[in-house]
Order: sequence, then structure tokens, then C-alpha cells
Amino acid sequence: MLSVLVFLPVVVALALTALPATSTPRRYTVPWVVTGLLQLVLVAVMWLQLPTSGYGFVEQVAWIPSAGISYHLGVDGLSLPLVAMTVVVFTATAIYSLREDRRPKSYVLLFLALQTVSVGVFVALDLILFFLFFDLSIVFMYFVIAGWGHGSRARSAALTFFLYTFLGSLALLLGFILIYLAATPHTFDIPALAALNPLAAGGPLAGAALLAIGVGLAVKTPLVPFHTWLPPAHTEAPAAGSAVLAGVLLKMGTYGFVRIAMPLLPASWRQFAGVVVVLGVVSVVYGALVALAQTDLKRMIAYTSVNHMGYVLLGVGAAGLVAETDAQARQLATTGAVTQMVSHGLITGALFLLAGALHERGRTYDMGAYGGLAARTPRFAGLFAVAAFASLGLPGFSGFIAEFQIFTGALGATPVATAVAVVGILLTAGLFLVALSRMLLGEVRFPDAPGTPRPFPDLRARELAAVVPLLLLATVIGLVPRFLLDLVEPAARAVNELVAR
Amino acid sequence: MSVLLGALLLVPLAAGIALIVVRPLRFVVPVGLTVAAATVGLAVAATLRRPQARLPLFDGVAVGFAVDDLSAVMVVLVALALLAVLAFAAGDPALGSGRFVGLVLVFAAAMLATVTATTLPPLLAAWEVMGAVSWALIAHHTGDPAAARGARTAFLTTRTADLGLYLAAGAVLAGGVSTLAIDALPDVAGGWRDLAVAGIVVAALGKSAQLPFSFWLSGAMHGPSPVSALLHSATMVAAGAYLLLRTSAGLEATGWAGPLVAWVGVGTALLLGLVALAQSDLKQLLAASTSAQIGFMVLAAGVGAVPGGVLQTVAHAATKSLLFLVAGAWLVRVGTRRLDGLQGAARRYPVLGAAFTVGAVTLAGVPPTGLWVSKDAVLAGAAASGPALYIVGLAAGLVSAGYAAKAVWFVWRLSPPTVQDGTVGRAGLRVQAVVAVTLAGAAAGAGLLALGPDILRPAPEPTVLELVASGAIAVIGFGVTWRVAGRLPAPAALLSWLHLEQIALAAAVRPTLRLAVLLARLDDSFHHRVVLGAGRGVTRTADEVDRHLERGLDRGVDGVATGARALGRTARRPQTGQLHQYYAQAAVGFGVLAALAVLLIGVS
Repeated sequence: MLSVLVFLPVVVALALTALPATSTPRRYTVPWVVTGLLQLVLVAVMWLQLPTSGYGFVEQVAWIPSAGISYHLGVDGLSLPLVAMTVVVFTATAIYSLREDRRPKSYVLLFLALQTVSVGVFVALDLILFFLFFDLSIVFMYFVIAGWGHGSRARSAALTFFLYTFLGSLALLLGFILIYLAATPHTFDIPALAALNPLAAGGPLAGAALLAIGVGLAVKTPLVPFHTWLPPAHTEAPAAGSAVLAGVLLKMGTYGFVRIAMPLLPASWRQFAGVVVVLGVVSVVYGALVALAQTDLKRMIAYTSVNHMGYVLLGVGAAGLVAETDAQARQLATTGAVTQMVSHGLITGALFLLAGALHERGRTYDMGAYGGLAARTPRFAGLFAVAAFASLGLPGFSGFIAEFQIFTGALGATPVATAVAVVGILLTAGLFLVALSRMLLGEVRFPDAPGTPRPFPDLRARELAAVVPLLLLATVIGLVPRFLLDLVEPAARAVNELVAR
Repeated sequence: MSVLLGALLLVPLAAGIALIVVRPLRFVVPVGLTVAAATVGLAVAATLRRPQARLPLFDGVAVGFAVDDLSAVMVVLVALALLAVLAFAAGDPALGSGRFVGLVLVFAAAMLATVTATTLPPLLAAWEVMGAVSWALIAHHTGDPAAARGARTAFLTTRTADLGLYLAAGAVLAGGVSTLAIDALPDVAGGWRDLAVAGIVVAALGKSAQLPFSFWLSGAMHGPSPVSALLHSATMVAAGAYLLLRTSAGLEATGWAGPLVAWVGVGTALLLGLVALAQSDLKQLLAASTSAQIGFMVLAAGVGAVPGGVLQTVAHAATKSLLFLVAGAWLVRVGTRRLDGLQGAARRYPVLGAAFTVGAVTLAGVPPTGLWVSKDAVLAGAAASGPALYIVGLAAGLVSAGYAAKAVWFVWRLSPPTVQDGTVGRAGLRVQAVVAVTLAGAAAGAGLLALGPDILRPAPEPTVLELVASGAIAVIGFGVTWRVAGRLPAPAALLSWLHLEQIALAAAVRPTLRLAVLLARLDDSFHHRVVLGAGRGVTRTADEVDRHLERGLDRGVDGVATGARALGRTARRPQTGQLHQYYAQAAVGFGVLAALAVLLIGVS
């Protein structure tokens, strides 16, 4: 079942290659939407049938047995919410792209491939398989940015993105090999390695492995100071690419921490948890401050991603400070971190799609060029305001459920760092309110030469159908989070037990 | 989950969200009024039935709601204020949109959730939602940049203080109260209790516009007047006072928080009272007076005189909603909120004027009105804690009589002959008059509640002497100010709300913005110099390797080839093809060999 879920998009893509490249966009985009909806059905079935402990829907086939590599898939409470979020974001992106008329065939094929590897990363239970999907996501995203980016610098931004994150993934591979070598028998199997705990004693080798894996994941997440590839990539990427990049690809980094770094290197994780916390808090405050200074909407949202991912690191770092805190606090911190990944995917996906809708109309991301949109385009203004308030962690939306748990769980273990991190939600509130005031309130302004009015219609059905479900899900999680937390909590407890052993 | 409690919270919330999303063009006001009336009914029922509810939220932490003595008073108060405000706003056609009525309903629902929450997560959630909705309500006139700025200041200032509640939640957990129950605050262990109480105090002072956070109320005045009436009576600013009253036992347990809160409260009552006295804009005067009057509630929480604080909250809610609603009615009809522009407004709208006067006399604390009783109930508690608090409290009472008199004096002056009323005219005036008169009755008679249930019955009770003294002070203050109302000095410090906003801008906002710009610039240059520089470095190194190492090697290989070729050329030279030269070469060769042989034999 998992293989079907993972490879369905690629199978559809292969079928679509038979169509001539000159077909209308809808002949590609509609099957893409349908693929996403089918995947959603599969995810819903899995959600209902997931076992309360261990992995569900496991598939394992020998692949390269001599090197301890197998085709091993499975889901648990950490990965299934992310898989669901991935499929939702891709489906929303597909709906948003229904009328994409620039080389629609290659566009849809690329995104379908990206969809397969994105789901694959979250269900892979073998380090090499994980690495394979992880790396392929970079390759496909490179083509999306380079091929469909709007700026003249799209190619150079895409190249920077590719080389930077590719370098990070090489560090990751190095770390995987170190763990592999330390284990007897040698294996890349994640559950087997978690059970063996080959580097239980810590020491320099374990530290080196954590450093390599940590750097690899920090580039992808991204954490300060490894984040600078992100803003140019977002500025140049098409809206759909940005939504997937921020919504899904960044989560591969944070997911790596809870799936690989914490369970496989528990001794080093406990030893260096303080460093993780500091990295997280620096990202929180630095990301928010730099976002505050942006005038370009997309760059601003990009930097808030750095801020939001910082909270995740604060949570998982605090969960490693085993000595200072009790099980409930660590449980809250880890659960909050996983919730934050899901929440950020939905909310930032919506924000980037809305930014894309704005760009389609005004041809610029400069916030100063817009004003008074609340009066002219109430649907856009309403949804943008909802997305902004969700992103600044307002209760009633998923971000609050995540951040409240992270702060509450982390405070006992690391009070000073948490107190500093809490300032992040004030800074994001400030920057979003400034953005809302600039764009939605005041005098009506469009990026136009006077006398040549460009039509500036409100959001269309297609755009609403893409954005509303994302924000609706973020609201549902914010109001009745138990359906998600019931899934995440047992898995988070299992991770914390692996870290604390 | 109790159905009654669920309905009390969800009916206004769901109706509000529906109105915001659907934005119907008709029947908005009737729907809003029906929902508000239903909320009043549900609130009264909840007061009688005292429902409780718990739902699981996080690991070991529940969402808890309950209606106890304190929240019973608050839910009824909130529901009545909601009804009064919506009924009054129905008289202003500009406020009949689905967005406005919906936001007001959501705002009231958030306050209802705040006052019924028994654990920290729902309290904080409702608390923050209230702040965000206040942003949308204050910025209701989307074209007005001043309203946008005021809304931003309000939300950001209160959220700054709200950070205290986030820290408090963590501290309560770290201090061993794993349920995050609010009433378990005194049981929190060690230094964590101090942190938790400090966080709660900061959050409450921010929401209640106490010193040093008071300035956000000034900017919030750019919102529609019914919004101000709601914000300043039973919601938002009342939430901070409510929370301090709710956690009064926790404040006392720390030893330091009670006195601190008491002094901040009484200090705000005095200083913001002076600020109110200096204002020349009616809404600004009323706003500053809100901070000052809430100061008495905060004082009550600090000295543990909880019933006095609750009574003050009730009496003040009726008074202040009345005053703001009438001010708003004049604002849309007269077209100004400047006191000198409002001269004679009470004469032209005598019913509203009479109601306004009753409200102002209540605000002054003149016997036998509601705030006279409640203020003395608070001051009796302050007197029990020490004479200094009591004396400063009396001084604040004197000032309150002053600003109330100033407002009344202006609106009853003879109108200047040039005055022309705005275009709204008298539509909706009858409903507004009914609401105003009802509120005036409530404000004047609220003191009778002191004879009611324990939560409103003052403890300690004020002595007769105290009652007489404060009543006399109010009457004297009112009378004296009446005589000098037109000539009161307005020092810049008071006029500008003690420069608090400028201080906040200079000390916090501008440095943060400067730091943000600096970091953004550094971030860019880091990317261009270091990251892209590293990329360029790699290509440059490749060039260097190409230029030096690669070409050097190349030259070396070339050199070997050239050398070999030269040797080859040299080797070719003897090969002349002429036999005699070969013989000569052979002879020389043999000669050399012979010489070598002789040499070797000689050596051996």
C-alpha cells in the first residue's frame, strides 16, 4: 500500500508522457489533481488503521544485501501527519496550477516526480533510501526553479539552491556511513540501527556522525547560518514551487532530526542538545528580525520559515535535555515540534500561493506597491489576513497548538533560551501586522502606471479552492487538535524514550 | 462537555464566524441582536446551573471551562454589554456590516471563554484571540491610516505583555502542576511560582492598560465608538483585572506580587486620572479614565479585596459603556470628538445628555451611585494594607471627580451659534436613547449589588466614615472642577499620556527596526560574500589549478617530449649514410673500448 502511495504520481507521470506536448494544460493538470486526491484517500485509510505503536504498512525487500541496504518503507505517528500534509500541499498546488500554460507537460511531470520523492522521504526506513529520495527532491526542485522561475536570476538562484543543498546532503551521507560502519552487523536499516544503538557510548565518532548529519539537515531545514540559499530560491521560484519548497522540502530537514538524529545517536543528542537549542533560538530571533526588515513579500515569508523552523529545533533540543526535565515536558516539546512541521507546511503553503496570486495580478512582490486591498479585493484580503494571523501563532490555528507545546515543554529545561524564543512570536506579529497594514489598509494602490489600469480581480474559484482547504485544515488543527495529537503523541513518546535510554 | 457551557461559548463564536465569512447583505443586525439576546439567556442560565466542562487537549493537560461565583458575574456582564453595544450600534448604519457584527460576536465569545477558562491553555488562547479581534475592530475603517496604526499599537502592546502568559504556562508546568490549572497557582513549587506570577501580572497589566502599557488605549480610540464601549467596559481591559482577581491568592502567596500590583493599580488610577483631566478630546478623556478606573480593580486584586474589585468591574462596565456609546452617538452626528466642538451637545440631545450626565456623576463616585460604593469597597481593602495606599487611592478618587465634571461641563455649555450637526441626523436615536437610559439606571444603581451574593459583598466592609469621606471628596472635586473646567491646564506630559508611546517607540520599537535592517543587510552580504564567494572561490581555485599546476605539468610533459626529440635529433646526426664515416666512428668506438679494457685490467 505504501509503495502504491509513493509511486502513484510517477506512474501517472509515465502515462502522461504518452500525451503530445501540445495538449491543453488541463489534460495534464487535471490528472495531477486526481492523483493527489487518490493519495489523500490512501492516507485517510492509513490514518484510520495505523497501529498505536511501531510502524504500520511496513514493506521490506532486499535491495543491496551485501551493503545492508533494503527497500524498507513504513509509517508511524511522526511520518503519517507529514505524509498527509505533503499530499495536501501538493494537491493544493495542483489545483492552483490548473491553468499553468508555460510548458504544462514538463511542469506537471516534474511536480509528479517531486511528489513521489517527497512522500518517499517520509516513509523511507532505510538510510540510503531516505538519502536517495532526499537528493532527488533537490534535483527536481532545481528544474522547477530554473525552468519556471520568474526572474532573470532564476537560473543562478536555482544553481545556488542546488549546490548548497546538495553539499548538505553529502554531509548527511557521510554521517550515514559513519553510523553504518559503527554498527555490527553493518546495516543502513533505521529501525535496526535504533534497536542496536551502535553509538550508545557517544564519543568522538558519534559526535562526528551527529555533526555531519546535523549540518546536512541544518542546510535543508534551514537553520542560521545555513539559510541563505532560501530567500533567493523563493524569490525566483514560481508560486507553486515556493509552496512545495517551504511546505514540504524544508520538513525533510526537521523530520530527519526526529527520525534519524535523535533515535540513532541518542548519546550525542543528549550531549549536544544545548547546541541544538541555541541554534534553534538563534534561528527564531534572527529569522524574525530579518523578515521584519524585508519589503519583498516572498522574501519576508521565506525568512519567517527560518523563524518557524527554529521553534522545531528548540522543541527537539529541549527533549534532549533529559536531566533537567520530566517526561511530560519533553513529550510536549517533541509533540509540539512535529505539530509545528505540519502546521508550517499548511500555513506557509497558503501564504506562498496567495503571494503567487498577488504576483499574477501585480507582477511584483514589492509590498510597498500595494495598498487598500481590503476594499478592492476582500476575498484576497480576508484569506491573507487569516494566513498571516495563523502564521503569527494566533490561537485557533495550528501554529499555536505547536508553539504553545514547544514553549511550555521547553521552559523547564532551558528557561533563558525559551524566554528569548518567545520574543519570536512578538516579532512575527509585528512583521505581519506591518505587512497587513501596508497591503490591505489605507489608500487603494496597485503597481501600475497611472492611466493604464491593469485589471485587478479578486481571487478566482481555482485560487480559492487551492488556498481555503490549507487554511481550513490549519484551523481545524487549531480548534480540535486531538485527531492529530492522538497520532503524534505515542510516536513522540517512543522517540523520547529512545533518546533517554 | 456541558451543553449549556458549550452553547454559551459556541453560539456567539459560530454566529460571528458565519457572519464574517458569509457577509450577508440583509438581516445582519437582527441576527446579531438575536444572538446577543440568546447569549444573555445562556449566561443567566449558566449562572444558575454552574456548568463545568473538561476536554483533553495536550498530554496530561485539559481544556477546562467552568462557571463559578466570579465567572458567573463576568459572563452575565459580558453578555449584557454585548447586547447593549449591538443594540446601540444598530443606530449607526455604517456599523451594520456582517464583518463588524461578526467580529463583535467573536470578540465577546473570546471574553466569555477567558472568564470561564480553568486551565491556562484555553485562557491564553481566548486572551490572544481577543487581542487579534481588537486589531480588526479598531482598524474597522480600513481606509484610515491612524486607525490602522492604533490597531497595530494595541495588538502589539498587548501581545508583548501576553508573552508573560506563555512563560507562566511553562513555569507552572516546570513547577510541578502538570494540569496547568489556574487555581493551582499557589501550589507551584519554588522560584517557578515567582516566574509564573510575574508572567501573569505582566500579561494582565498589559491587557488592562495599566502603567507602563496604558498608551495603547489612546490609539485604540480611532476605532468606532461602540468598539470602544465594548473594549472599555466588560471585555479586553476588564480581562486583565479579571485575571488578577482570579489569581489573587497566587499573588499573595509570592509575598511581593500583591503589593506590587496594588501600587501599580493605585498609581495608574492617580496618574492616568490626571492624564484624563488634561485631555481636550472626549474619547481620549474617557479612555484615560478607563485606565484609571481599572486601576482600582487592580488595586483590589493586589490587596485581596476581591469582592470590591468585582463590584468595581460591574459598576464601571455599565458606566463606561454608557459614556462611550453616547460619545459615539454625538461623534457621528456632531462630527467631532473635541470637547470644545461638543459644546451644547447635551442640550441638543437631552435624553442622551441626561444619561451621559448620570454616567459622569457615577464616574465621579458621587453618592449614591455604583462607583461610589465599589470604590469604597476597594479602598477599605487598601486601608487594611496600609494608610499610604488608602490616601493615594482617595487622591485618585478626587481626580476622577475632576475629569468627570470636565466632560459634563463641556457638553452642557451653550452651543456656539455656528454649530451644524452632521448628516446622520436623528435616525436610530430612539433605540440609542432607550439603551442609554437603561445603562444609566444600571450605572447609578450598581451599588445595590453590594447587598447581593458574597462575590459582590465587600470584604472588608467600608466604614461609614470612609463612605462619607469619599462621597464628600467626590462632591467637592466635582464642584471645584465645574468652576474651573474651561481653564484647566494641560501640560504636554499629561496631554501625551506621559509620553509612554514615545518612550516605547524610542526604547523598543525603533532599535528593533534598526537592528532588523542591519541584520538584513548583513544577511545579504553574508550570502553574497561568503556563500556565493565560496562558490566563486571554487571556480577561482579551478582556474588557478588550471593555470599553474595543470599548465606546469603540461610544460613538464612537453619538456620531456622536446628533450626526447632533441636527443633523437642528436642521435640521428651520425647516421650520414656514408661508409667511410661509419668506419671512422667504429674505429673511434673500438679505440674507446680498448682504452677502457686497459684501464679495467690495470685497476684490477
